[in-house]
Amino acid sequence: MRKVALVYDGTLEGFLTCLFTAYEEKLEVQDISPEGEAVGMLFSGMEEVITDFVKSGRVWKALKKKSSEATLKQIKWAFLSEKKGIENTLFLMIQYIFSETNPVDGDYSHPAVLEVAQTARKVSREKHRMEAFVRFRLTKDNIYFAAIEPDFNVLPLIKNHFKNRYADQYWIIYDLKRKFGLHYDLSVVKFISLDLDPSIGISGGSAAYFDEKELEFQRLWKEYFESVNIKSRANSKLHLQHLPKRYWKYLTEKNLLML
Amino acid sequence: MLDKILNLGQNPKMNFDRIKEKLNILADAAKYDVSCSSSGSNRKNTGKGLGDSSGMGICHSYTEDGRCVSLLKILLTNHCIFDCAYCVTRKSNDVKRAAFKVQEVVDLTISFYRRNYIEGLFLSSGIFKDADYTMERLIQVAKKLRLEENFNGYIHLKSIPGASDELMREAGLYADRLSVNIEIPTKSGLKLLAPDKNHEDFLKPMKKVKNEIMQYKQESRLIKSTPKYAPAGQSTQMIVGASGESDRDIMYSANYFYKKFDMKRVYYSGYVPVTTDPRLPSIGSEVPVLRESRLYQTDWLLRFYGFDVRELLNQDFLNLEMDIDPKLSWALRNRHLFPVDINTAEQQMLLRVPGIGVRSVGKIMQARKFRRLNWEHLKRIGIASNRAKYFITCSPGEVALKDSSSEHLKQIILNNSASKFRKTFSSQLSLF
Repeated sequence: MRKVALVYDGTLEGFLTCLFTAYEEKLEVQDISPEGEAVGMLFSGMEEVITDFVKSGRVWKALKKKSSEATLKQIKWAFLSEKKGIENTLFLMIQYIFSETNPVDGDYSHPAVLEVAQTARKVSREKHRMEAFVRFRLTKDNIYFAAIEPDFNVLPLIKNHFKNRYADQYWIIYDLKRKFGLHYDLSVVKFISLDLDPSIGISGGSAAYFDEKELEFQRLWKEYFESVNIKSRANSKLHLQHLPKRYWKYLTEKNLLML
Repeated sequence: MLDKILNLGQNPKMNFDRIKEKLNILADAAKYDVSCSSSGSNRKNTGKGLGDSSGMGICHSYTEDGRCVSLLKILLTNHCIFDCAYCVTRKSNDVKRAAFKVQEVVDLTISFYRRNYIEGLFLSSGIFKDADYTMERLIQVAKKLRLEENFNGYIHLKSIPGASDELMREAGLYADRLSVNIEIPTKSGLKLLAPDKNHEDFLKPMKKVKNEIMQYKQESRLIKSTPKYAPAGQSTQMIVGASGESDRDIMYSANYFYKKFDMKRVYYSGYVPVTTDPRLPSIGSEVPVLRESRLYQTDWLLRFYGFDVRELLNQDFLNLEMDIDPKLSWALRNRHLFPVDINTAEQQMLLRVPGIGVRSVGKIMQARKFRRLNWEHLKRIGIASNRAKYFITCSPGEVALKDSSSEHLKQIILNNSASKFRKTFSSQLSLF
């Protein structure tokens, strides 16, 4: 078998095409990584795989036959972790699933299956945190705007949550790290890419962009947040465990200076 | 007429300074209610309205005491005709009083919800004039949110003790959850600390809500369009450490409420001293957070681990051990049931092993279909082996520490674990 390292475009379909290619050409895959992150392997050539929706679709269909809905979701979510090397772990897991006649996707004693489940859980936690910590600010043109910098690429996962919830207001959630966002126009959510003025920031309410009342509401919220604290129960360890410092930048109640 | 007075200034230009002051007073007074749950409902946003509470609960922030902030939790007013010793809002307490207008609460809820600060509203109130009058105002807020604002977020209303059946019926049509706080777990304690309140007044709205929920469930099986009635059920709260009650008193009461009224949750709130009343712990005494935490662990064992309350607390065992968790405590009192073989034990028994939680049990049940599990597998699955290892074996030949006494075993486990409460023990122990 030919030893190769595969490079793909970073999409799930691209990754699935890699799997198709590996099986079809009977390759001994040493590594799968997205463009830009690939490193040359000793003793193996580097090969670029062109994303092919027919091929990726066939892999997914085959996978569906041998694993539960929950597993398919775990695979997608673990993939969105963008964790270095996760493609290789996913490959090992999927190989294991294909190699057995009976379903083995619940076999948590297999290291790859367990790692995928655990990574998916981390992504799920980040998704949940974004659903919780996103703070909309009302702009002058009546759009509720929020900027985020999530650890994992969770924007595609939080789309429906926000669509169901804020069906009667315009909103944008923008991932500053990955430079794309979600925009809801009262009927559909679209992926958008914007040239943002960095001064718009994650919190605050600069008069250039935001509604004149915006800061007043932020102040009310902060007032509320401080009023519900029970001082005699202070527990900063627990506070930090639930609210790690790296998320504070999102939170109005943690950033706003009361003037 | 009264509606007019209370709604005066509908859709006003919000006076932010005035609202801020009210918010400060009425959020501060509401914070001793510990429930912040926003889960368990099924209210979907179908008509392109605002909000959806069909998913799991979300904590949008955490206070510096580590509690979840999920709902806008406020009192409509802190004027109150009652004088319950444990309550900061009691008639005789010298505090600033304030009252929100119905519309102000509606506007605040909507503005906060649109910014993704909250999952919804938790509205309670001091009792002004009488129970029905107060309950009616609470219902007005919920009704406006649902009907005028097309709001599908979560609404938790407090059932005012003594409120009429008709009002309780109406409340459930707009609220996701209803709750009455029983506060004092024993009748004698209630008599002592809240002499104006009648035990029956607490139970009456609970019974009504339970019956309505049951009726709703039956009807909705036949007629799909039956209006929702309190889909997230009802809950209650007990204050811990205010009236000298034992852990058994508390948990037996909790068990009674779970069984008798189908409570979704019972909350335990360590008493925060707010008064110099000689009937109560004095101001400055520590909040019993560790005890509170052990009670919650016990509550979980009842609800998710298949324990019967009598196994955990009984005539011979009135109070929980503070230095170890209640499951470990139970296991140490029942050594004859252990060790169990991780590869063959029934799920019910796995749930009873100290250091193995519900999630790990699920993974073990799945994984052991494929191969015999060993210690390495268990470690990776994430069980707390420092506790579990004395109660399980992975192969028939293995011997666990059978010979050592329970007391000895407890010491070994305590020495090998770093409890987050260690500091609390040492300060509590130094009292003796």
